[in-house]
Amino acid sequence: MKITVNGEAKQYEQAVVTVADLLVLEQVASPEMVSVQRNGDFVATEQFETTMLEDGDEIDFLFFMGGGSITDFLEL
Amino acid sequence: MDLTEQQIERYSRHILLQQVGYEGQLKIAQGKVLIIGAGGLGAPAALYLAAAGVGTIGIIDADVVDITNLQRQVIHHTPDIGVAKVTSAANKIAEINPDVRVIQYHSWFSPDNALEIISDYDFIIDGTDNFPTKFLINDACVMAGKAFSHGGILRFEGQTFTHIPGTACYRCIFPKVPPKNLVPTCSQAGVLGSIAGMLGTIQATEALKYILGIGDLLTNRLLIFNALSMQFRTVPVKKNDNCPLCGTNPTITELVMEEQPTCELKTK
Repeated sequence: MKITVNGEAKQYEQAVVTVADLLVLEQVASPEMVSVQRNGDFVATEQFETTMLEDGDEIDFLFFMGGGSITDFLEL
Repeated sequence: MDLTEQQIERYSRHILLQQVGYEGQLKIAQGKVLIIGAGGLGAPAALYLAAAGVGTIGIIDADVVDITNLQRQVIHHTPDIGVAKVTSAANKIAEINPDVRVIQYHSWFSPDNALEIISDYDFIIDGTDNFPTKFLINDACVMAGKAFSHGGILRFEGQTFTHIPGTACYRCIFPKVPPKNLVPTCSQAGVLGSIAGMLGTIQATEALKYILGIGDLLTNRLLIFNALSMQFRTVPVKKNDNCPLCGTNPTITELVMEEQPTCELKTK
């Protein structure tokens, strides 16, 4: 299956059926640390397991990024 | 309001630009930008906005300068260790450009003061390092109809987007705060100091473009760069109907500091 992941065309020999499968193959450690767009539309975290991928899909993984100053001033 | 001869000389490289000119420089002089966090992102943003002649710069930060800040928080210098970051930043801004009025808020940005503080500004720069405050800035700006620049950096990467009313917000992309410890912070994972400069100056540029009303803002697009490969990528993002803040059935209707759920997952 051919899927474009973060702008890079990739060929998967494994069966990639759902968004959750792709996360595993791409070694994303937890579904909670990434936001996923499929062909320009956001996929809710709860739907990663049920959202089927198709040949030619364009998938974007968007990761949280903090940064700024060094102190974790809020101990939440 | 008129520019003095000395100001015309000071800002001559701006005034030479067709898209800025004398009128544009006047807009900048009347502009009001709030910088939340005088750290890695806020420092370069504040330096360039001050040099550009932004009339009013507000800076909010409750922290004091620490030696570990100096590797990238370029508005703070070695003798400033132990000094309040807002004071240190205000002193440098005064040296760079006495035209700028600096308003210091030596406190944290919180649900109690958020709306009141941002109401005085045209554009807000998120220079914070923690997710609860990043979400609070987003929520407050969306509720108040304010434009802001989101920024995040980690290790060798950065990401940023700009929000103006009607465009995608942070929660359209990330509906809720990530679990604690799942996403490392710069204090845990490190960051190349110059990355902060790359991102903070992009944020300052967006603020100036917004004030001037020129160009295309980084709205409905997330800019991501990796400095190791030095590749920049702009990912289109759409306003999300399921957004808990600005979607069709919003569940967030008041400002709160959203706590990060704990998570045992190891990220190393």
